[in-house]
Amino acid sequence: MERLLNAMTILSILLMVVVLFSVRRSHIRVEYSVSWLGAAAILLVLSRSHATLNWIAAQLGLADPPLALIILVFCIFLVVILRLSVIISDLKDANIAMAQRVAILEFQIQSLHEEK
Amino acid sequence: MRRASGPNELLILIPAFNEDGAVADVIREVHQVVPEAPVLVVDDASSDSTYEKARSAGADVLQLPYHLGLGGCVQAGYKLAYGLGYYYVIRVDGDGQHDPKYIPALLQVLRETGCHMVIGSRFYEGNGEHTSAVRAVGIWVFRTVLRPILGKPVRDPTSGFVGVNREALEVFTRSFPLEYPEIEALVVLQRKHFRFEEVPCRMRKRKAGRSTITAVKSLYYIIHVLLGVFVNILKFEGRRRKK
Repeated sequence: MERLLNAMTILSILLMVVVLFSVRRSHIRVEYSVSWLGAAAILLVLSRSHATLNWIAAQLGLADPPLALIILVFCIFLVVILRLSVIISDLKDANIAMAQRVAILEFQIQSLHEEK
Repeated sequence: MRRASGPNELLILIPAFNEDGAVADVIREVHQVVPEAPVLVVDDASSDSTYEKARSAGADVLQLPYHLGLGGCVQAGYKLAYGLGYYYVIRVDGDGQHDPKYIPALLQVLRETGCHMVIGSRFYEGNGEHTSAVRAVGIWVFRTVLRPILGKPVRDPTSGFVGVNREALEVFTRSFPLEYPEIEALVVLQRKHFRFEEVPCRMRKRKAGRSTITAVKSLYYIIHVLLGVFVNILKFEGRRRKK
């Protein structure tokens, strides 16, 4: 169990470092880094706090606390991915509307030129 | 392109993606059948000479900045037509499958019945000889699913040969399915309690280009459209996004 928790700690710290570097290099916008940093922070706390992990495992009726950690990690990343899907969908809608508007404006400008 | 000069004016909309082999003939045929109606080709960022061919055949061309897919392409045309004040828009595909000689029949039904959408149906009188087996199976599935949803049978739900009136046009400028839009569009209209009719017509073999629905994609197509139909039924419209 201890080895798994240590691995999770390293993973969460790595995730934080990668996300922070990506933000610094403008590869990820700050608002989208929050989900990942939040997920990494939760992972870090759970992997270092045995009492919390044991309590969560007991609440879930699991005899094995590492299993609880894996389930929680899965749920956290599911939420992050779902949030990103919502953001991507919004962006795609906005992008299509903008492309259509640009095309219509170009068409109208060209029509005005032809009329002159 | 001129604005609609009076009520009840018709615009012919031709969505086209890499259709330089057929689009000019389609435009010329449309001009012969309905010479008074302006023709708008929506070029979905074709890499061939669709734009040049359409322009030289006498159509106005709305050129999209990048490939949006059929739904985004048709919706762009609907938005422009609505903005220019047209009352009826009939969509004819740029590959030559839709025979423009049926346009007056579609327009007549739109005008006389007051329905919001009219579909040129290849199965109305036992036609449909140019339909592949895969597509025929898909159409049967969609007919079966759509019957209880629409409250009436629809013979050719995948037909892109459709006409809409201004009320439907207004709805489609706000909400139009992006991929494989024909079937989902029916559900969008049904949610508004709009009516549709079908008009018998014969489809021709495409003169050029490839169908967007290939045999490989057909399973994905059926699942995607069925999902889209159910999502449209469940869609929450209380919150409007600012566009």
